[in-house]
Amino acid sequence: MRRTWYAYPYLVWMAIFIVVPLFLLLFYTFTATTEEGIRFTLQHIKRIWEPIYLIVLLRSILLALICTVVCLLIGYPVALILASKEYSQNKVLALLFVIPMWINFLVRTYAWMSLLGKNGLIDMVMDFLHLPPVQLLYTDHAVVLGMVYNFLPFMVLPIYSVLTKMDKSIIEAAEDLGADYITVLKRIIIPLSLPGVISGITMVFMPAVTTFIISRLLGGGQYILIGNLIEQQFIVVGDWNFGSAISFVLTVIILISMGIMRKYDREYEGGAIW
Amino acid sequence: MAEESIIRLVNVSKNYDGTEALKDINLYICKNEFLTLLGPSGCGKTTTLRIIAGFERPDSGAVFFEGKDITNLPPYKRKVNTVFQRYALFPHMNVAENIAFGLKIKKLDNKTIERKVAEVLELVNLKGFEKRSVESLSGGQQQRVAIARALVNEPEVLLLDEPLGALDLKLRKGMQIELKRIQKMLGITFVYVTHDQEEALTMSDTIVVMKDGTIQQIGTPEMIYNEPKNAFVADFIGESNIIPGRMLKDNLVYFAGHEFECVDSGFEHNEEVDVVIRPEDIKLVPVGEGMLQGEVESVTFKGVHYEMIVRSEGINWMIHSTLMEPVGSRIGLRILPQDIHIMKKVAIK
Repeated sequence: MRRTWYAYPYLVWMAIFIVVPLFLLLFYTFTATTEEGIRFTLQHIKRIWEPIYLIVLLRSILLALICTVVCLLIGYPVALILASKEYSQNKVLALLFVIPMWINFLVRTYAWMSLLGKNGLIDMVMDFLHLPPVQLLYTDHAVVLGMVYNFLPFMVLPIYSVLTKMDKSIIEAAEDLGADYITVLKRIIIPLSLPGVISGITMVFMPAVTTFIISRLLGGGQYILIGNLIEQQFIVVGDWNFGSAISFVLTVIILISMGIMRKYDREYEGGAIW
Repeated sequence: MAEESIIRLVNVSKNYDGTEALKDINLYICKNEFLTLLGPSGCGKTTTLRIIAGFERPDSGAVFFEGKDITNLPPYKRKVNTVFQRYALFPHMNVAENIAFGLKIKKLDNKTIERKVAEVLELVNLKGFEKRSVESLSGGQQQRVAIARALVNEPEVLLLDEPLGALDLKLRKGMQIELKRIQKMLGITFVYVTHDQEEALTMSDTIVVMKDGTIQQIGTPEMIYNEPKNAFVADFIGESNIIPGRMLKDNLVYFAGHEFECVDSGFEHNEEVDVVIRPEDIKLVPVGEGMLQGEVESVTFKGVHYEMIVRSEGINWMIHSTLMEPVGSRIGLRILPQDIHIMKKVAIK
């Protein structure tokens, strides 16, 4: 007799906070309330294809892609360094990367605001050096910076985890067969760490494409991403149907991109963290 | 001798976190020989191999390859190739890609690579396995791929780090013969690390017995087996009876309450020594015929022979014989002078 009832609280939790909201989302997406009552409709989905919304969607995906690429370009070398022989003994450097994750996400983003803002630290340094002030806050760059800063650990950690688990004798075997470090990196380390890279990409891309707080704080009010649009529909406009429709489309996009990633992942067997 | 040597280690020492892995090692390795580094785990044999391969730098001393100092040369510039203990095949490549790895780095053309891969696969009896994924292969097959991957580069020296350790006994025996065949056929130098004394005796031209980071003895298998330099070597190379004794004069030794003729000389008068006698060198004879008498305490069937423990003169003698004496029977023991090996005393762990 298995004590399956241990799992019941979890099942109830899942039902209330995951399954029910998903059904609500589907319900609002595909229905409209008229005088005759509730009826099925595709009008909300169709509305997203209006250029004004489509631009927001594409811009969100583009920014998330940029953020993911930048995270990968910074994160991979960092993971390599963290996993290397010199640093793998002491965990201090790895810890330094993890510590910011313990601080509240909002606090971290506010910290960037005060760094980048008018009369912020960078502004003051520029002033001190008699350089002309530059507009830093409320730009594309600030949003990408905020996203990269917040999501970088999600790129570093899965790659780091795969790299540290890699059999060192495989690398030695490659060196033994005449491969210098660059060749070892290209032919052995990078291909074998792909599962980590794929996890990292997924873990950065998904929150980046749906973020609304970073774009609001660092991008200023005028800077609308898909996350902001959804938030607006629910809280400001009160159009739950359209808000749900955008969420639904976004969910589908994420599911598709995850599916593609999983397909890649399966081709390389490895110890990614999820 | 020095002219023939392909690799020379001179006063090589290596420490790991304060423990001495190698203490002042001096070693020649001759061209085309099958040299085995033999010893218990932690004796420094693998460290020695890794220093030759270039994965470790010695703390002091130098490594010479064909007369040139290669102490600080990185592994990828050395003309040696390694077969690793756990094969270390590239899991994301198939058999042919694994083997071709070194050739591609040398930028050989595809035709040549294809031909060489096919040749070496035939050499290790894996014809037709080119497209197989390495993870679908058995341990023995993976080992062959690892050997092929190293051999295809035509190294001057092949280093093998306990390559058969993960295989079962029967497979191991087969691979031993095959490795020896490959070595003879290609005429290249093999440096082989193992803790299995039988493997070392079967395959080697030269055995280097190591213990605690020092070399105990270097010699041919026959020399090491028949004339072990000290009790450690004797004990490690096959089982031995090691009995404390005293040298009375040249060719006469006292142990187990009797004086025995022997063939060793050059010891001081009354010097304390270790007397080493192989279990198969003690002959069972009827009571009264041998110098010693004793009672059989236990008998174990070992396949080819019986292993008997005979209690005599307060010593448990291990005896190997194809004839069995039942437990409790009284028998005589005969030991011939040439089977008594006298060694200077050393501490055995």
